[in-house]
Parts: sequence; structure tokens; C-alpha cells
Amino acid sequence: MRNIIHHLRDAPISAWIGIVIVVFYAVLAIGAPVFAPFPESASVGAQYQPWAAPHYLGTDALGRDVMSRLIYGARNTVGIALVTTALAFTLGASFGLLAATVGGWFDPIASRVVDVLMAIPPLIFALLILTITGTSIIALILVIAVLDSTRVFRLSRAVAQGILTMDYIEVARMRGEGLFWLVRKEVLPNAAAPLIAEFGLRFCFVFLFISALSFLGLGIQPPTADWGGMVRESAKLIGFANFATWQTATFGLAPLLPAGAIALLTIGVNLIVDWVLHMSSGLKD
Amino acid sequence: MTDLLLDMKNIKIEGWSDRQWKPIIKGVDLQLKRGEILGLIGESGAGKSTLGLAAMGYTKGGCRIREGNIKFDGIELAGASSKALRQLRGKRIAYVAQSAAAAFNPAFKLINQYCEAPVQHGVMSKEQAEKDAKELYRKIRLPDPDMIGFRYPHQVSGGQLQRAMTAMAMACRPDLIIFDEPTTALDVTTQIEVLGAIRDIVREFNTAAIYITHDLAVVAQMADQIKVLLRGDEVEQAPAREMLANPKEDYTKSLWAVRDFRRAPPVPREGGETTLLEINTIHAAYGTVKVLDNISLNIRRGSTVAVVGESGSGKSTLARVIMGLLPQLEGVITYDGESLHKLGAKRPRGLQRHLQMIHQMADTALNPKQKIKDVIGRPLSFFLGLKGAAKEARIRELLTLIELDPDEFMDRFPSELSGGQKQRVCIARALAAEPDFIICDEVTSALDQLVAEGILRLLDRLQRELDLTYLFITHDIATVRSIADEVVVMQNGVIVEQGSKEAIFSPPHEPYTELLLSSVPEMDPDWLTNLLKERDTQVTAG
Repeated sequence: MRNIIHHLRDAPISAWIGIVIVVFYAVLAIGAPVFAPFPESASVGAQYQPWAAPHYLGTDALGRDVMSRLIYGARNTVGIALVTTALAFTLGASFGLLAATVGGWFDPIASRVVDVLMAIPPLIFALLILTITGTSIIALILVIAVLDSTRVFRLSRAVAQGILTMDYIEVARMRGEGLFWLVRKEVLPNAAAPLIAEFGLRFCFVFLFISALSFLGLGIQPPTADWGGMVRESAKLIGFANFATWQTATFGLAPLLPAGAIALLTIGVNLIVDWVLHMSSGLKD
Repeated sequence: MTDLLLDMKNIKIEGWSDRQWKPIIKGVDLQLKRGEILGLIGESGAGKSTLGLAAMGYTKGGCRIREGNIKFDGIELAGASSKALRQLRGKRIAYVAQSAAAAFNPAFKLINQYCEAPVQHGVMSKEQAEKDAKELYRKIRLPDPDMIGFRYPHQVSGGQLQRAMTAMAMACRPDLIIFDEPTTALDVTTQIEVLGAIRDIVREFNTAAIYITHDLAVVAQMADQIKVLLRGDEVEQAPAREMLANPKEDYTKSLWAVRDFRRAPPVPREGGETTLLEINTIHAAYGTVKVLDNISLNIRRGSTVAVVGESGSGKSTLARVIMGLLPQLEGVITYDGESLHKLGAKRPRGLQRHLQMIHQMADTALNPKQKIKDVIGRPLSFFLGLKGAAKEARIRELLTLIELDPDEFMDRFPSELSGGQKQRVCIARALAAEPDFIICDEVTSALDQLVAEGILRLLDRLQRELDLTYLFITHDIATVRSIADEVVVMQNGVIVEQGSKEAIFSPPHEPYTELLLSSVPEMDPDWLTNLLKERDTQVTAG
């Protein structure tokens, strides 16, 4: 813990911007019912209201408050992305570390299975499976987690192979340590830094992937608020933007709001990831 | 015109760590005349590499030159623009790194890398540079000088690579070359050739050189002047011969005396000698490459057997076979009358406990994410089932045994320890299993001489107190002289000669043993000259 505070004090300004952004999203997501002025999916006003009180960011095609939906969207999209990434990492990292440590027949079999999964374009593959299973949240999480764990598998296997050449692994093996000890105590702590950095990146990809699926209509289903879906719903509004007054111009901004929310979070996470990567690389400049 | 080439005055260099600038070099002066060789010696952390690099106006990442003047042939380097520095580096000042294998780009042929600097600086055309490269390769005594440049770095040996690197540094005929421990990673027999080649070529072109090393005997052969550094300060400087004959400061004297350690002769054992480990006609191979051929060896309880040989002689492989990491193809190893399974994992835990190994590189042998108490504590709970207070008490006992303060070191991570301290922790980890037999694989070769001597004394004391048996793998003859009872000389996977230390070190020798023994640098500054002359006459006579 002392170590983390120590590192935080040394963090560059870019990392701090990232931390502020991520904390802001986290607070919004956790406290969504408190911050949102209106309910998530109830029609609370007329259709297509411009930006004015009490609907500061206007209303959508069904008269739902856009600001409230953006705030709930943080909870849904980010929450699902987080669970999915965590699952992908548990799966990918366990198999990756095991494949490297056990070796033998297990490694080639696991690696080839992963190769086959990676050979199919993930979006097409996800669309295919989701059409079969139906678009429940559980199915969404499981499908994306399995697809994404292939990348994590590759990375953790490569990192672990580097660590396994170290003499301290040989010492542990000479002592007769079991597989669990080797993976849990000798390999994992040393693989943590690159894996954490990858977690940040993968989180962004998963997040964009869910948004893309929602945009295509196979992700999070209405009326649940979700940023990808919101982009889709409001995309056609761009055509109605009228730049005569700033209030009519806001129609043009409507699809940019959820898209901007996605972009900002992606940037924030990446700023933190850059910093973690720099620390783990040991560079001093 | 003055013949002073490099004039560094009151150099202060700092490094950034723990959120503050910490001094690395604390105000050192350095003068170098044209054609002169200055030897910089000191332990690791003394700042000798940092000072050497500063002579090029360069500092490593996270360091800065805070104060001082670096005048190279009248040009001020401290604070000079990177453009001005680029003009000088590679052309008038060159650098030869410790590990040539790591310093060469593995994707390009040697001669192409040679041509880079002269072509870049506009000294020669590509064709001229290639012709010149072959000429220099010949001068530096590389085999097949016309063709060797067209090989890739991995296709030549370590000694040849180091010579190719020296030739490359010479490409623009610089005024100054900085050699940063160029022979430290080489075997003694190869080291001689490289030293001779470097010395001749530097003399021939009247190049000034700064020669950084921790090996006194090497610096004695190379340098005109010797400067001794200690923790960023100069201890003393004098002409080489004067310094060797008559060191003034206490620290220098302690450096000079370091190779004098000799263990007390072992006391004859009560109840006669018993064999602890018997190695019987072992054959082993990596894939299809045979590395051990018919090795047989008896190790008496309580003795120290030293295995000597160059890299590639199979001595570390022997250790791996004994520990059960590499299953032998043929042959049996018996421990205290019991035959050992060839796979370590299949040996009973009680038996495995008795055999321990200490690695060469303490850096990679300690898990960087485990505290010292966890490193030493694991074998205690694994082999002996110790827990809680009993385990902590034993960790404290072990740390005291290896002369580290338990309160200070228990909660540290390996990165917070010096090289010697790390190696001590590795020893404690081996001792935690309460073994009878320890394999020491080059345990001192990565350490400074003073520190290494401390480790040897510690191992010797532990042997007497705990009745341990050592198999000591090393390429350093001085280490063998200090601690061995019996010596085994290995070459290309076979045992060339074995016997008691007295028998091995007194003539007549086997030819290979003779070569090995005569290649160990001595403090006599004329040693290299005489030896090379002697070998030349032998070649001409033969």
C-alpha cells in the first residue's frame, strides 16, 4: 500500500488526468440513481427537446432525458465491460500461465485452440454466436470474454516463458514445488505489471466491442441505456442539425455525446496504462 | 601544442533515485595524454563506468553532470550540444562495451556495422571502409580476416566478437577509446588473446585509452597509469609499476592483498573418510549435442571438490545432472549409498533436501517480488514444516549465520540488496534446507574481488561449522587455490585431469591444465609480454 502511494506521488501529469477521468466515471456509474435527474427508461417529456432546463442535454426520440441516460449508460456499459474483461483475464491468464509452466502436450493443444479462435474475425464470430444464443447480458459477457481471453492467453504465455528461464524458477523446481506454487507465487507476481497494463487496454477494446455490438443491435438491448445503442439511435439526427441557432445545432451534437463519453474514458484508461507500462519498463528518462 | 588530450576537472555526476539527486561521482579529476593508457579500477558502484562515459560527455539515463569541465583536445564537452557531441563520438572518441554480444546488432554482418561510423562521419567511402576493415581485422589477429567480416555476430566466438568490436572502435582512428571491462565476460584463455590484441593495436596507432576493469592483474598488463576509485571518490593515482610495487592507501593495499586467502587445511576425520556422492560413468546431452562424456567422480564427506574449465566444458551441466534437472542418458549417481533418480522431481523430499545448489547470478536466482524472509522461509516450511514463531526464529538464526542483521534485512526485497548481500541470501536459502551437500556454481564470479573473498570466507566457515560438502564450479584458478581440497579439470565434456589440489598445481601438468594455469593473469606488469613471447617461440619451434 505504501508502495502505491509512493508511486502515485511520482505520477506524471498525464497519468493524473487519466486517474481523474476514470474516478469521475466510476463515481457516476456507482451513484447513477443519485446523480441522474430523471429515471433511466421512462418518457419524461416531449420528443427531441433542445438543450434547455430541465432537460439540459435534451430528450431523445421517445422523450427520455439524454443526460440521465448517459449517466445510467456509464453504469451499464462500463459495468458489463469490466465484468467481461475480468472474466477474460481470469480465463486467459490462467490458461496462458499454465500452458507456459506445464509445457508438454498441454501447451501446443491450448495454443492451437486459441489460434483457431483468433483466426475467425471476432466481430463476425460474436454476431454469429449471439444470433444463436440470443442477446442476453450473460451470453454477451461470456461470448466476448472467451473471444478476448485468446489475446490474454497469448500475452501471459509469452511473459511467463520469459520468467520461467530465471534461476529462481529452477531453484523452486529443484525444491520440488508443485504447479500451483510455481504459477501463483513465482510466475504471477512477476507477470503482474504487463498484465495490468494489458488489462487497461483490453478493457477499452471490450468496451468498444460492446458499443459496436449495441450499435449493430446485438449488444445491450433497449430500453437499457447504453452508449453504443445511444449512438445508433441518435445517429440519424445529424441530418437534422440546423446551425441557425445554437439550440437547433444541438441535434447535430446528440450522437457525439455518447461517442464522446466512450472516447474520453478510452483516453483516460490509456493515459494510466501508459504510465504503468513506463514504470514496469524500468526506463528512467 | 600540448600533448594533453583529455582534461576532466572536478567532475560531479548525480543520479536520480528515491525522488532526489544522489551523487555518483564526487569531484574527480582525470588527465590523459595522447597515446597513454589509464586504468580505472574499483568495485562495482565505485563510479568507474560513469566516469568513463563522462569522458565522452555522456551519462546514462537518469544521471546528469552537475559540475565540472571536460576538455577534449580543447573542446568543452560538458554542456555541449548533442550535434557537437555526435561529431566527436565514433570519430574521435570511441567506446568498447563489456558485452560485445549485446552491443552488436544481431541482424547485420560485422563488416557492415564496421563501415557505419566511417561512412556516417564522411571519413571513408563504403569500399574504402571495407578494405580498411579487413586490414584491421588482420592487425587484431582475427582468423580469416578477409572473410570473417561477412559473418553475423552469432557466428563468431565471444573473444573474436570482442576483438571485432575493438577493430570497429578503431575504424575512424580515434584519439581516445574507452574500454569498459572488455574481457570480464571471457574465459582466461580467450582473455589473453584479446588483451594482447587490444594492447598492440592501441600502441600501434598511438591511441589514448581509458581501460575500466575490476581485475587488478588485467590492469597491470594494460595501463601506464592506474587510478583507484572508491564510492565516487579518487583514492590514489600513480604510474602502473609504481602503484603495483608500492600502493600508498590502505584501500589499495586491501585490493592488492585480496587473492591471498587460503583456507586452513582440513582436519582428518574421525572414523575415516567416507564417500558422500559417487558419480559413475555419466553421459548427458542436450538434444543430439553431447555435453558430458563418461564422467566419474567421488566426493568425500566434508571435502571441497573444485571443477574447473572454460565455458562450454560441461561443468554447469554436471551440476544440473546431479540436481536432477537434466536426466542423464547413462550412468548412476549414488548419494550416501542410495541411488538417485535421474529426475529431481521423482526423488523423495527427504533426499532432495540434502542436495542444494547456489547459482552464479544471485540477481536472477532471487524472485524480485519476494521479501528476504519469504525467500529463506519457504524451504523451512517446505522441507521442515516450520511455522509462525519457530520459522521466524530460524530465519533470524540463518541471517545471523550469513552475517546479515535480521532486523534490517528480513523485510527487504532483493532489489534493495547489494550483489554480495544477495549471494549471502542465496547461501542462507540453501542452508535453510539443512543440506549435507551444496553445489556452488560460479558463486563468486559475478562479484567484486573484496566481496567475493568475503563469500569464500563465509562458505569456508560454514563448512567447518556445519560439516558441509561442496562441489565448487568455477573458471577462476585463484578461487580454486583458496578453497579446494581436490580439483577436477574439464574440457569439452570430459575430465582431463583430477586429483588433490597439490597434485594438480604442481608439475608435470596435462597440456590443457598447463594452458589454463599459465593463462591466469598475474600482478607482474611484464607477465603478458613474456607469456605471449614464450608462446610465440613455442609455436615457431613446434
